[in-house]
Amino acid sequence: MDPVLLARMQFALTTIYHFFFVPLTIGLAFIIALMQTLYVVKKKEIYKKMAKFWGHLFLINFAVGVVTGIIQEFQFGMNWSDYSRFVGDVFGAPLAIEALLAFFMESTFIGLWIFGWDRLPKKVHLASIWLVSIGTMISGFWILTANSFMQVPVGYEIRNGRAEMVDFLALITNGQLWVEFPHVITGALATGAFFIAGVSAYNLLKKKHIEFYKKSMNIALIIGLIGSLGAAFSGHGQAQYLVKTQPMKMAAAEGIWEDTPDPAPWSAFAWIDTNNQENKFELNIPYALSYLSYSKFEGSLKGMKTLQAEYAKKYDPIVGKGTNYIPPVKTTYWSFRLMIGFGIAMILLSMIGLYLWKKGHLEQSSMFLKILVPAISFPFLANTFGWIMTEVGRQPWTVFGLMTTADAVSPNVSAGTILFSIIMYTLIFTILAGVMVYLMVREIKRGPVEHQDVNSTVSIDPFNKAGA
Amino acid sequence: MELSELWFVLISILFIGFFFLEGFDFGVGMSTRFLARDQKERTIMVNTIGPFWDANEVWLITGAGAIFAAFPHWYATMFSGYYLLMLTVLLSLIGRGVAFEYRRKVEDTRWTNVWDWVIFFGSLLPPFLLGVLFTSALKGVPIHEDMNMEAGFSDVMNIYSIWGGLTITLLCLLHGLTFLSLKTEGEIRQRSAALAKKLVLAVLGSLIIFVGLSSFMTDIFEVRPILEPIIVVLIVLAYGLSYYFISNKREGMAFTMTGLGIGLTVSSIFVGLFPRVMVSSLNKAFNLTVYNASSGAYSLKIMTIVAVTILPFVLGYTIYSYYVFRKRVSDKEHLTY
Repeated sequence: MDPVLLARMQFALTTIYHFFFVPLTIGLAFIIALMQTLYVVKKKEIYKKMAKFWGHLFLINFAVGVVTGIIQEFQFGMNWSDYSRFVGDVFGAPLAIEALLAFFMESTFIGLWIFGWDRLPKKVHLASIWLVSIGTMISGFWILTANSFMQVPVGYEIRNGRAEMVDFLALITNGQLWVEFPHVITGALATGAFFIAGVSAYNLLKKKHIEFYKKSMNIALIIGLIGSLGAAFSGHGQAQYLVKTQPMKMAAAEGIWEDTPDPAPWSAFAWIDTNNQENKFELNIPYALSYLSYSKFEGSLKGMKTLQAEYAKKYDPIVGKGTNYIPPVKTTYWSFRLMIGFGIAMILLSMIGLYLWKKGHLEQSSMFLKILVPAISFPFLANTFGWIMTEVGRQPWTVFGLMTTADAVSPNVSAGTILFSIIMYTLIFTILAGVMVYLMVREIKRGPVEHQDVNSTVSIDPFNKAGA
Repeated sequence: MELSELWFVLISILFIGFFFLEGFDFGVGMSTRFLARDQKERTIMVNTIGPFWDANEVWLITGAGAIFAAFPHWYATMFSGYYLLMLTVLLSLIGRGVAFEYRRKVEDTRWTNVWDWVIFFGSLLPPFLLGVLFTSALKGVPIHEDMNMEAGFSDVMNIYSIWGGLTITLLCLLHGLTFLSLKTEGEIRQRSAALAKKLVLAVLGSLIIFVGLSSFMTDIFEVRPILEPIIVVLIVLAYGLSYYFISNKREGMAFTMTGLGIGLTVSSIFVGLFPRVMVSSLNKAFNLTVYNASSGAYSLKIMTIVAVTILPFVLGYTIYSYYVFRKRVSDKEHLTY
């Protein structure tokens, strides 16, 4: 087995798994902070109940998000040591700052929030959850600063055979960061919102705690619309930036082999034949790609064949003759479309939901509610496909234009060792997923009212009969 | 002082802080299995560290992040070289983290019991393995000219490193017991104090053997002929005082002393290493040092500015959270975990 392939598999596995929990954490923390603010301002018990109930579900998810994140930090050293040596000077700083600025804040204030309901003044307790929410977003900012450097390297110089930082400001004003960060955050808000909407829909269908879930649903639909529309707009900005900075990724994402005509049509469906470097069948929407790329109905895009020739001229001296600069086209093309598809579905669902709410039919529209339940998965799928497109589309590069993935791997770690760790992670992740889903379903079935009861009978210890 | 030297000191402080803070919650986690008489007592014990363990763990994450940023070669050599050891540490920390959150999410004795075993092993393995890591790096591991480490089993696991790991584990256990005696009431308080008192003697014995082994198997007493003996004396003094304070029911002071003991022990490792960060057993010329493993001057300067700006805030709200949860934990109140 090839260590590079295994290390990539492990990275994909751990990152995708970790990124199931991150957006939900960011989104839920924000919405819960919002609910608790309503409680403190309006002084209505129902908002406190909401903050507590969704807070329980949040914590079950937060725990897995945190522990799977630890792997990410160590993985660069364990599996990608040559990468770490090459870019540590630039890439390590945002990671260290993330820990210093965000992790301490999140972990301290989550402790204050969980254990502080009865101990802290109301406003201090509210501030705690807001600081957790801000912490999760700051964390996202720094991790995306690091990722943006891999997409569009800035603020460095090559010295002594490695990339050294020369301009920190360039790192945090990286154009890539400022299209990527809003996209991830709005996507995360939508993730939290669709989770709350879906769970609420399920309970409204069962006619349980109607008042509670209706209110939750209202908040979720508003945040859901803001989030999914925001993700669409920022995603559009990101695509236009991509045309300028990583044209090969864009060409692969659109399945363009030859340069496009001007104006360029957008392909909604294509049968891609990578062996012969052509598309067997295409379903095209005229003008659309020009508009998506340049915000006007003219302009053409370069195809992968042209770009391969250009890249070869430019980068072959760095990485060696005959390098294939075309990423896995089908993966990039289809993950891009799936991301967009689920994103559009989310926009439509939140719009329909808000319309039904305005008309006052929301809890009677069982058809719509039934769709909202499986729609919990939509943002997760959109997030995942988005990352696959971003990271697979950058191949063969780890750091675009500077270092290939094959050169980044640890030379002293054997394939067997990596395989063993993949098996261990898979095992643990499977158990964690099972436990988490089990606990979430349990909490949801229990509902908000019984929660209140459990919390008010604090003197009863459920284990007073239990032996050792 | 060069910035790379300053960052070595800062990273040492992060790891001292980590062992001081997470040391006691590791210790509490370990002692749940034999100090608690039943699940109720175990719940009380877990709740003493409930609001803190997560933030304590961040000291390790920040320490590793700081190594990445300030000494990329140290980061790359260490974590790829200690691959399986680090994998075990990570898996332990994963299990432990969710176990705290999940142990009472289902009101079933067996459910809680399983997670409590996870907490036990998750608290036992990381201090042991990190102790093994740092002491074996001090003794020397096969680091080649290209800075890559290719270690066999005995390079990582040998008498010295295993003893180092055991010693660190014992120090954490003792530290956890003094924390428990400080944070609980009634029987648990008495039992943990009584056990801590016995354990101080074991800790001192273990430390003396560790010092003896260090003088044979490492060069720290040659590199720092004055400083290391002073630290050793201070460590003995700290644990002697902790014995005195435990005996006199002054739990706060006893906890301070066991913390001081851990802090000094960890600092003796870093003092012995400096200016090396990892010792090569193959050739002195292949040692990783703060000079050949560090980031560029600009990167270090930026990191210094950021750290100096943020650290006061971190310390501020950390202290605030310990202040908020300063009361002893008993079953008379609502137990969250």
